[in-house]
Amino acid sequence: MIEVKNLVKSFGESPVLKGIDANFERGKTSLIIGQSGSGKTVFLKSLLGLHTPDSGTISFDGSDSSSLDEDEKRQLRQDIGMVFQGSALFDSLTVEENIMFPLKMFTQQTKSEMLDRVNAVIKRVKLFDANTKYPAELSGGMQKRVAIARAIVMNPKYLFCDEPNSGLDPKTAIVIDNLIQEITDEYQITTVINTHDMNSVMEIGEKIIFLRNGIKAWEGSSKDIFKTDNESVVDFVYSSNLFKKVRQAYLGETNL
Amino acid sequence: MSYIEHVGKYFIMLKQVFRSPQKKAVFRDALFREVEDLGLKSVGIVAFIAFFVGGVVAIQTALNVDNPMIPKYLIGFATKRSMILEFAPTFASVILAGKVGSFITSSIGTMRVTEQIDALEVMGINSLNYLVLPKVIAAVFFYPLLVILAMFLGIFGGWAAGSLTELFHSVDYIAGIQLDFNPFLIRYALIKSVVFAFVIATVPSYHGYYVKGGALEVGRASTQAVVWTSVIVILLNYFLTQMLLG
Repeated sequence: MIEVKNLVKSFGESPVLKGIDANFERGKTSLIIGQSGSGKTVFLKSLLGLHTPDSGTISFDGSDSSSLDEDEKRQLRQDIGMVFQGSALFDSLTVEENIMFPLKMFTQQTKSEMLDRVNAVIKRVKLFDANTKYPAELSGGMQKRVAIARAIVMNPKYLFCDEPNSGLDPKTAIVIDNLIQEITDEYQITTVINTHDMNSVMEIGEKIIFLRNGIKAWEGSSKDIFKTDNESVVDFVYSSNLFKKVRQAYLGETNL
Repeated sequence: MSYIEHVGKYFIMLKQVFRSPQKKAVFRDALFREVEDLGLKSVGIVAFIAFFVGGVVAIQTALNVDNPMIPKYLIGFATKRSMILEFAPTFASVILAGKVGSFITSSIGTMRVTEQIDALEVMGINSLNYLVLPKVIAAVFFYPLLVILAMFLGIFGGWAAGSLTELFHSVDYIAGIQLDFNPFLIRYALIKSVVFAFVIATVPSYHGYYVKGGALEVGRASTQAVVWTSVIVILLNYFLTQMLLG
């Protein structure tokens, strides 16, 4: 479980996060949504330790990350898997080497043990005939699968995803969403996803946090989001006519 | 950001770079990769330029030494001294600052803007140590070898030029390169090459690591890295020459 208390972060004179409280439970897929500039990425990077908060605490299973020294932080990060928006695969390494990289860095496994583990996660993310390919030779969807495989190869306790569906076609986006949710259930990971994708919100949002101008403006589940009367959430989530109609139909106000 | 802040940030970066590698086997693999990228792939250009510069120095000297009172062996002597003292350690380093410096800045800079460095940090890896230390070690140990190669090829290029143009005799040239051999000058050149190698590995790494933005900024950072590395090499050359030969 990740507990965030009164998280504040500014860049120069510009406050970006203005005191955010949030809990992310184990085995659940939590989504952070909000307009561009609302502070989602800064929030996620603060959770990851890539930004140092001005004040507030972030606790991973009771351990306050701000009280850890550099070595302890690096130790904690080995329990974290991250899927970046652009996948962030290492260009100079093959798919197999990319996924094996954390194992090589942090375990004492033999080459064959590492290969077994790599092949297991490759199978898990349903990535076939790609072991010896380089990232530039893969489609966006395949790169995301490799990124997910690399993120889970160390059996992390926490999985963070920054816009995992960006640049993907709707069908592939659903496949990636489902894959993340299945992995979260299967390995009982605490998963936090930063997204703009409203399909993800409806499909896998067990918990949704809506950020607006650096504050938490709303929190609920994908079911609650249909019924909420929070104007800023409704304005953001149902900005398209299709979603407006879906909501009206859900609430029984009209037929689709 | 002021120049002083850049200098401070550069030394803070070095503090992170010079830490014990987190995994020796991974470091060894990275080191071999850097020896190939930064060293072996530079052999061709350094050899080519050294050979022809040696030839040009010999021809220029021969053309300017037309006084019969000046012995012809001075052509070989002047070529040898020019190659050992300045061309091999300094100008080869300026060439490497362009070739290797732009490669280092653009590769690290691209890793920065595509979040690959963030990915390393999130995994718990000291990204500066992982990315920069193998480059520094590879450069510091390999560039002196390149400089020695440049010395030999430059002197050989001078001899080849004389033989082809018949501006001077081979015997005179060889007598000239054997004249007044001072081993300290080789040490002086190698000391300079080690210092320059350190600059060539670290200054472009600094520019690449702290780049912000996209492809355009990576391109700008590469240009700045080459300019600053060349300027620092030339300035250090002056101070090292004063210190070691003055």
